[in-house]
Amino acid sequence: MITRIRSRFGPEIVAVVLLILAFGFSAFREPRFLDAEYLFDRSTLYMEAGILALSMTFVIIAGHIDLSVTSILALVGAICTTLVSKYGLPPAAMIIIAPVVGGALGALNGLLVSKGKLPSLVVTLATMALFRGVAQILLGDHSLPMPKELVGIHKIQLPGTYFHVPMVLLAILAVIAAGVLHRTVWGRWVTALGTNAEAARHAGIPTGKILIQLFTLSGVAAGIGSMLMLSRLGVARFDHARGLELDVITAVVLGGASIFGGRGTVFGTITALGLVGVVQTGMGVAGVKAEVQVAVIGLLLIVSVLFSNFTARKRGR
Amino acid sequence: MKKLLARRELSLVVAIILIVGVAIALQPRFASEQNIRSILLWVPLLAVAAMGQTAVIITRGIDVSVGSILGLAGMTTAILLRDYPQLGVGGAAVIGIGLGAVLGAINGGMIAFAKVPPIVATLGTLGIYRGLTFIVSGGRQVDDYQLPKDLMNWSLEGPALLSKVPFINSIPWVVWIAIIVMLLSHLGMTYTRYGRDVYALGGNPDAAALRGIPVNFVTFMAYVLCGIGGGFAGVLYASRYGTVNPSGIGNGFELQVIAAVVIGGVSVFGGTGGAPGVALSCLLLGVVNVALSVLAIADTWQMAIYGLVLLVAIIADERFARSARKRAGEAV
Repeated sequence: MITRIRSRFGPEIVAVVLLILAFGFSAFREPRFLDAEYLFDRSTLYMEAGILALSMTFVIIAGHIDLSVTSILALVGAICTTLVSKYGLPPAAMIIIAPVVGGALGALNGLLVSKGKLPSLVVTLATMALFRGVAQILLGDHSLPMPKELVGIHKIQLPGTYFHVPMVLLAILAVIAAGVLHRTVWGRWVTALGTNAEAARHAGIPTGKILIQLFTLSGVAAGIGSMLMLSRLGVARFDHARGLELDVITAVVLGGASIFGGRGTVFGTITALGLVGVVQTGMGVAGVKAEVQVAVIGLLLIVSVLFSNFTARKRGR
Repeated sequence: MKKLLARRELSLVVAIILIVGVAIALQPRFASEQNIRSILLWVPLLAVAAMGQTAVIITRGIDVSVGSILGLAGMTTAILLRDYPQLGVGGAAVIGIGLGAVLGAINGGMIAFAKVPPIVATLGTLGIYRGLTFIVSGGRQVDDYQLPKDLMNWSLEGPALLSKVPFINSIPWVVWIAIIVMLLSHLGMTYTRYGRDVYALGGNPDAAALRGIPVNFVTFMAYVLCGIGGGFAGVLYASRYGTVNPSGIGNGFELQVIAAVVIGGVSVFGGTGGAPGVALSCLLLGVVNVALSVLAIADTWQMAIYGLVLLVAIIADERFARSARKRAGEAV
């Protein structure tokens, strides 16, 4: 039984143990970590990254990467607020338009990767610049306000609890994602694609179509993330979520997804996201500068890949 | 193959002439001495960093940490010159370049020997090196009055030897340095064993290993070269701008470097492209930059244009590669 758990969830156990250690250490240093209200308040910062990480888990399991998600997030925010403030779009329509625009931008990535036979890394590196660049053209150095009625979603809590709306949304999406990844044919196809794309194609799996769907999904997630971020911050800016891709990819890889594709779990990703959140919050409380925090997350990313490479080699793969 | 490369270089030259022509037609001020000077000072930075990245991308890798390497090396050089002026500009520059090599070696070691995918390793060090830049500087910038005049003069004066020659005497040191670096990397990539190994590895990694090419070492050295280029560019940055700010220096520079390399004809599928094309594309990007500002197109357009041109270059490369495979009779 224990060996079965270990072989199936090995990397995830590492994330769980690290999370417990990091949390214990932080709580020891800073008693505020034991205050539920404080924790839930801090957690609002990580819900957008969480939603991006869910779709990124699929993309990475399929053996690809999407560096442009954070730029899609910024561009969707720029487009939606521009439509509302300059073209009189009713604010409520943003909620529909954001995932649609995000999905369309993601589909462009997917088409280039699938039909153009281009490596996802370079395609999304280029669109990362392109999308954020277009957001910068739209907004310049200014910020556009989010309509008042849509601001502050993270402050709405389930009655009688500290659970805020973004967290509930993330939880629901995580459960759906886990179900799709681990319990549906499509989820198995994604895994097969990442294990051996050539073999998957020969097995009759519609690999091209799956790729387009994956990157579209990634864009939709960025669209949803955009709405959450705008609602939290109250304004759209072109540099929203810049560099957040590091947190997102770190959460996915630290959570046990293989960067080479073929394995990964939603549970691991969410756990590792919690770890990233605890580490960053802990550093923030200790007065560590933002740039140094980024360095620590970068280190975490590298160490997790080094570690998984090492254990994979030890197992003789 | 030669024809294919020549075509890319020719189209870059045509693009440069076109943009210069259009810019002058719309705004004669484009050809002013000040604008030419700003092109001449900006391009060497990019070109020096791009030469190392060229080797990396030919081996099918990528180094997104090069902007942070530039930042850490440039920042360190500036701090050394502020606190230990007795080192001299040359000594500090050597340390800056050496630091770049070490940072590149860290990337290369992880990628070549520990088999960490290039994007993960360098995305991680992108953050780490930027954080270190902050730590070594304490978050404070180095101002131009704290730096020795000699360093600034690299960007202001040319070699004394040429001071009597008209026109050429106004070309500053940094340009000569970039030309030498480009020449060396062209010769190195074309005529040395290492250079040919890089192309062989990029062309077909499995075949390269079977032929006895030390694949790990070749990969490792490509990242070291990229680090050296980044470190050197960091020193040139300090000379060019004088003021070195820990969060400003080299931030986002990796995009320009990678764009320059890919637009210069280095295929992301590995194995093709070289210094001449990359040098031309650096010049092209420099011309575009100045043209944008002269034509009063806001800075805000720059990133989108880079992204778009990069995307077009990647798609064009794939078309080339596919038609080349077709002609060779391989399955597409």
